[in-house]
Amino acid sequence: MTFQDVQNKLQSQLSSSILGVEDVKPDPSLKIAPRDIVTVVQFMKDHLQFETLGDLCGVDYPAQSSFCVVYHLQSYTHKMVVRLKCYLPREDGAEMPSLTSIFKAANWLEREVFDMIGVRFTGHPEMRRILCPEDWQGHPLRKDYVTPDYYNGMPVPLFFEDQTTVTSGETHS
Amino acid sequence: MSISQELVEGRLSQTTENLRTDELLLNMGPQHPSTHGVLRVVVTTDGEIVRAAKPEIGYLHRCFEKHSENVDYMGVAPYVDRLDYLASMNNSMGWAIAVERMVGIEVPRRAEFIRVIVAELQRIASHLLFFGTYGLDMGAFTAFLYAFREREKILDIFEMISGARLLYNYMWVGGVSRDMSPEAVTRIKEFIDYFEPKIDEYNTLLSFNKIFTERTKSVGIVDEATCHTYGLTGVMLRGCGVRWDLRKDLPYSIYNEVEFDVPVGSGQMGTLGDCWDRYFVRMQEMRESVRIIRQLIDRIPSGPHRGKVGKVVKVPAGESFTRTECPRGELAFYIISDGSAKPYRVRCKSPCFLNISTLNEITEGVMVADLIATIGSLDIVLGEVDR
Repeated sequence: MTFQDVQNKLQSQLSSSILGVEDVKPDPSLKIAPRDIVTVVQFMKDHLQFETLGDLCGVDYPAQSSFCVVYHLQSYTHKMVVRLKCYLPREDGAEMPSLTSIFKAANWLEREVFDMIGVRFTGHPEMRRILCPEDWQGHPLRKDYVTPDYYNGMPVPLFFEDQTTVTSGETHS
Repeated sequence: MSISQELVEGRLSQTTENLRTDELLLNMGPQHPSTHGVLRVVVTTDGEIVRAAKPEIGYLHRCFEKHSENVDYMGVAPYVDRLDYLASMNNSMGWAIAVERMVGIEVPRRAEFIRVIVAELQRIASHLLFFGTYGLDMGAFTAFLYAFREREKILDIFEMISGARLLYNYMWVGGVSRDMSPEAVTRIKEFIDYFEPKIDEYNTLLSFNKIFTERTKSVGIVDEATCHTYGLTGVMLRGCGVRWDLRKDLPYSIYNEVEFDVPVGSGQMGTLGDCWDRYFVRMQEMRESVRIIRQLIDRIPSGPHRGKVGKVVKVPAGESFTRTECPRGELAFYIISDGSAKPYRVRCKSPCFLNISTLNEITEGVMVADLIATIGSLDIVLGEVDR
């Protein structure tokens, strides 16, 4: 089975959910309507032998003012990975349906997306931060993220005696 | 009323009937010898029985993915080394392959040979460390000393090849940073001849040791369905009998030119997919790694050890998701490039992150001692879990 076959099968069965193909090199991806992601993934798992959720991550596109949630579905039968993408408006209350009912791997991976990008997942049993402390401000993988100066009274960039500093990552311009 | 009077009236016996046991919330870690790093497990215990074991991670979080957005493609390589610091070579090989795939760089044959030899040596070193520390978790101290004696020899070879003992920065985009000297080749040959019989020694010492097998058989069972729903890969998947190895099924580099078997769990000691199965798969993989090195070490072709790559790697706009088989599972890099010198987004899919997320499910209702056995058998490295 190739990417083309997966695309054809999905388009014939769930045409309204497939918004198009992003023909990027070297691996293409499928654009999915965010509200239909659960249906599409369930269909791929049940009928196209995509047994595993390989990865789930978020990307910030401030220029297009959108967030993107990227799913990599993995098939052992067909020895392939298919990438699904959902674009959301870039706002603080952005929400996606959770995949936890299909893949338990989504539990921690969705928490990481929430922590790093700030997209909430509806229907997730425990939507809280995972890598950063729970009272951390901001979502580090947003492009306009500024490292806070202090966390609970402690300076975040490490100050040494000779006044040199080590910051935890410059802001992206 | 005195107590003796109460006893007489039988009131105390009445109160003991109303006494109930309560669940105890216990914090294991963040610093605990059995958690293999800075991991906190919030354990709810009912006497000796574990009712829930929730891992709390993030103590080593330094946001590798954000770092990567601020340096160029070559600059990411040293950070990649620090993900799974017990298998740096395998990590950086994954990164190099991911970037090369996007750019379309052809790696010289000599570099491919060196890469695979070094990656398999690293796999042995990583499994040896697992073997030693797992014995330590089970209360067998001797195995640890044996394992570190052998691992030391591998680190000496790596020092000879790359100049470093733990974080090598050796696999660069387009090849390797330094050529492998003939002395190093001799040392590797000596090592594999010395090491292969030692695996039998370990099996006598620990694998088939009655106390060890009693502690690990039918404990922490992971079946195929659990693996798929949690996205588990590598030894976790092979431990429950699924013959899937990226080196075999979707070969990268020159793995299609070498012969090796993919060991899987058999349920030989207890139940299929238990801690012992995962342990023994790793032991057998060391032998397969020796087999791979033996096939390649005499055939290293001459030529350059690095392809023609400029100082700054120019990556065309695009996206790739590249998986490689690391000692702890499938490590994948998802790179988004916008055509500039720095990556737009780098995502590292960490196998350990998913492995440790199963802990609560597979340890429900087990004894506290079995929880330790299970955490050990997951073989996690917190540097990679937290990234």
